[in-house]
Amino acid sequence: MNEVIAFYPILIKGTITTIQLTVMGAILALVISFIVGLARISKFRSVRVIAIIYLEFFRGSSALVQMFFIYFVLPMWGIYFDALTAGVVACGLNVGAYGSEVVRGAILAVGKEQHEASQALNYSVYKKYRYVIIPQAIPIMIPTFGNLLIELLKLTAVASLITISDLTFMAQIIRVQTALTLEPFLLILVIYFIIASILVKLVDLIAKKFSKGRNIMTAGDK
Amino acid sequence: MEWNWDHAFAVLPQLADGLVVTIQATIVASLLAYVLGLGIAILKMSKSKFTRVSLYWVTEFVRRTPILVQLYVVFYVLPDFGIFLEAFTCGVIVLGIHFSTYTSEVFRAGIDNVPKGQWEAAKSLNYNPLQTWKNVILPQAIPPMIPPLANYLITMFKETPLLAAITVVELFRAADQYSNSHYTYLEPMTLVGIFFLIVSIPSAMLAMKLEKKFKQAKTA
Repeated sequence: MNEVIAFYPILIKGTITTIQLTVMGAILALVISFIVGLARISKFRSVRVIAIIYLEFFRGSSALVQMFFIYFVLPMWGIYFDALTAGVVACGLNVGAYGSEVVRGAILAVGKEQHEASQALNYSVYKKYRYVIIPQAIPIMIPTFGNLLIELLKLTAVASLITISDLTFMAQIIRVQTALTLEPFLLILVIYFIIASILVKLVDLIAKKFSKGRNIMTAGDK
Repeated sequence: MEWNWDHAFAVLPQLADGLVVTIQATIVASLLAYVLGLGIAILKMSKSKFTRVSLYWVTEFVRRTPILVQLYVVFYVLPDFGIFLEAFTCGVIVLGIHFSTYTSEVFRAGIDNVPKGQWEAAKSLNYNPLQTWKNVILPQAIPPMIPPLANYLITMFKETPLLAAITVVELFRAADQYSNSHYTYLEPMTLVGIFFLIVSIPSAMLAMKLEKKFKQAKTA
């Protein structure tokens, strides 16, 4: 184990890269979730069709394939990403597809009377969603977004296969250099578990905060 | 870069072989995930608090860590302890264990949904635990579980490319090998993506149909 600990500088670097990938991927995924989720309930058929194509494409094919496509195939068409950006884009696009279903489901779960009330107040569509519908949909989304965040963290490990030096990549380096197998992988499993557990706690806190004064079940409730 | 049909046709037979391995891995891993998941769900209902709590943390540990790293652990570490498994076996075991922590939740919800009166009825008939599970609980619990379990089957199918990282020549690695030897990623990777879409979109639609069917059956 001491030999592995001696590699702590690259382990710390790997942890930071993993967190970077997770945070940036999560931001991208969140933005895409809302854009695509709202597009799914658009009045315009063409907008809905484009959103469905996006959704089915990214949900239907494998994340690893998408990552390789972005990193190895797109450059052939002149679209260059460095590895980290390719990783973030792939993670964000993939998880964003799943997230869009969460957004759509939550918005549809807001009662019909809320739409009627907005109409009675003569709200525009923008005002209706901005001030009435979405604020009520967000607490419903949070627990599921929390699960997706953990999936995203786990997905970042796959980014090591397109040469991003995240935790998994660093563990491979340590394995090759020390010929140890159990220690490096066990150590990073524990690090991943700690990061994930912190994220779970964080999402729980956010869920509690948002559900305060609202009669909505959160993940922790029974 | 232009699409080259020669490459596309040349890689197809290898992709077909890969697809067979992918489907085999999906089927074996999902069977393992279902059996283990049911076992975990039943154990989680144990009277012993120690069993429940330790099982909770073990399953959370598996759920909160990446499959890829778990694959490396089994693939690289077991040989150090004198256990030599084929890469395919390692991959199937890891996928099966990883997703058993997800399927166990489905089983638990399904079992929880069986009304309490059914347990009491089984007791009043003097059924032993095996009879209770086999004749009363599971026949009622399983049908509503089928759609979510089918969805996990599709998820597992999409996770099989990770087995490529431990040298299993499945669909993705077959394409990657061709790409590396012919210096073209375009055709193999596009085709792999299409293969995945062809299998997973109709399966997802089927799962959705099942879901609707069971919902109707319940309200009827």
